[in-house]
Amino acid sequence: MSGKSPSSPMSAALDLSGQPPSVPHVSMKSGRVWTFGSTALKIAGLAVFAFLLFGPLANLVLWSFAERWYTPFKLPVSYGLRYWEVVFRPTGDAMSSLATSVTIACLTVLVALAVSIPSGYALARLRLPWRTALMILFLLPQAFPSVAIYINVARVFYSIGLTGTITGVVLVHAAHGLVYSVWIAAAAFAAVDRDLELAARNIGASPLRTFFTVTLPLAAPGIMASAIFVFLESLDEFTGTFFVGVPQVTTLPLLLYNASMGGNYQIASITALILLVPSVVFMIVIERFLKADVLSKVGQ
Amino acid sequence: MARPSFLGLLLITPALIMIGALFLYPLGFSLAAAFTEPGGGLSLMHFQKAYELYSTDILFTLFIVVVSTLLTGLFSIIIAGILTLSETPWLIVALRNLYRWPLFIPFIVAAQCMRTFLAKNGLMNNSFVALGLMEPIQTTSFLDWRGIIITFVWKQVPFVTLMLAGAMASIDRATIEAGRNLGASRVRVLIELVLPQVAQTLLVGLVLSFVTMLSVLSVPMMVAGSQPTMLTVDMAFRINSYGDYATANALGVISYFMAGTVAWIYLRHNVKREVQA
Repeated sequence: MSGKSPSSPMSAALDLSGQPPSVPHVSMKSGRVWTFGSTALKIAGLAVFAFLLFGPLANLVLWSFAERWYTPFKLPVSYGLRYWEVVFRPTGDAMSSLATSVTIACLTVLVALAVSIPSGYALARLRLPWRTALMILFLLPQAFPSVAIYINVARVFYSIGLTGTITGVVLVHAAHGLVYSVWIAAAAFAAVDRDLELAARNIGASPLRTFFTVTLPLAAPGIMASAIFVFLESLDEFTGTFFVGVPQVTTLPLLLYNASMGGNYQIASITALILLVPSVVFMIVIERFLKADVLSKVGQ
Repeated sequence: MARPSFLGLLLITPALIMIGALFLYPLGFSLAAAFTEPGGGLSLMHFQKAYELYSTDILFTLFIVVVSTLLTGLFSIIIAGILTLSETPWLIVALRNLYRWPLFIPFIVAAQCMRTFLAKNGLMNNSFVALGLMEPIQTTSFLDWRGIIITFVWKQVPFVTLMLAGAMASIDRATIEAGRNLGASRVRVLIELVLPQVAQTLLVGLVLSFVTMLSVLSVPMMVAGSQPTMLTVDMAFRINSYGDYATANALGVISYFMAGTVAWIYLRHNVKREVQA
């Protein structure tokens, strides 16, 4: 299809969506038809896109409120909060899984930060041999097919009694999240204005004091972002927990998996919604923490 | 920068120990398990067994991941291209606010969504029937290889688009304007002017997506049936059902090989670029 129109060379252009462009200065009646047609097509395209994007999520929400839903009904037969009550019952599996998940995620953040703040500072500010190779090394756990690694971690952990323990799961999650925490911490430190540190040193602050009163507070938003990344990564992690944590450690993703495979779609959907909340909140606030100046230095 | 690097090494040591203990050591373990025979010598017998049992799944995995990566690239280019080149402000705003939603949604949640959405009686088919696009009798379940690909693309497009749109936003607008003024269509501007400038970012995004999709266990387990399936599921099955680490690790090495191949393509592209520069 072509959007040819004699009035301007611009309008010989094809829009990305295959429609004629809406050229404002096409004065003829056909121009208005084109504009209208193109707007309609854009709206239709956007609607299809939104359906594909939110349809799966809508189905999740429907399932979480469906008390009864079977074929041939297109929508749930009866709605209710019965399964929400089951999930949020204080003694239920879901609440204990949630507690386990949050505990593991918090511990993972602590471990990752304890390791990555010093490394991030060193990578950003100090002279290190093979710096690029070191940066890539932290990327490897993310860049390798992880299942094959986890089955061997589980085997090693089994021999030292770490399988099925919170410690084991935290270690696996922290190693997996290390690329975020180290890379973002390094970028955050690199984005701190060196002159401010020098000024603090000039008026007599010790290197350590400069770090804690100038560098660290200025890098804090970036480090906060890395902490959130690691937290989410741990909260959502399935594969590592599947191999290292079973059978004692049941996190929310494992509960979701078990409920879903057991055909209990309501419990699975509600668990999925609980996991969805932090993800969506983070998507909305990420730009507040990860400023462009830090973002532009990630991975450098 | 005149400070001694000793402090730096000291500061980075804990992180290196962690990577060593939790990644490099298990990696060595997996290679050792895959290449040694029960007697202790080197052999390829586990690969032979893995190939005999799982050759279909190896091809299946490769097919799924390659197709998903290509589709992810295609959709990301289209969305990022519209965000960069469209002349309709409301479309850009709407699209920018829409496309990012699946970005941080965990794979397992995406899998659960798709498990219901793509089912024979899922919301997708029901919507098509309700809109009159389909008869109830024509509905089919997408919970097979198509489901895996749809889930992967749904999950990865926002990630690649985010990177790509960022890269496109930072290129020199003057080149785009020049192309447009000379009468090039927007599709042509996108393909001939914009894409070559962001190829590097696109490649990084796609390589990362490729490896991510290769590593996901939950999606093939939850979205598709048992046969054929992806290598991750086969590895889990060998371990959980037979405690057969040798074959599982041989499959693992095959998946390293796939990841290594795309990494090599990426590096080769980089080298070529540096030579040209």
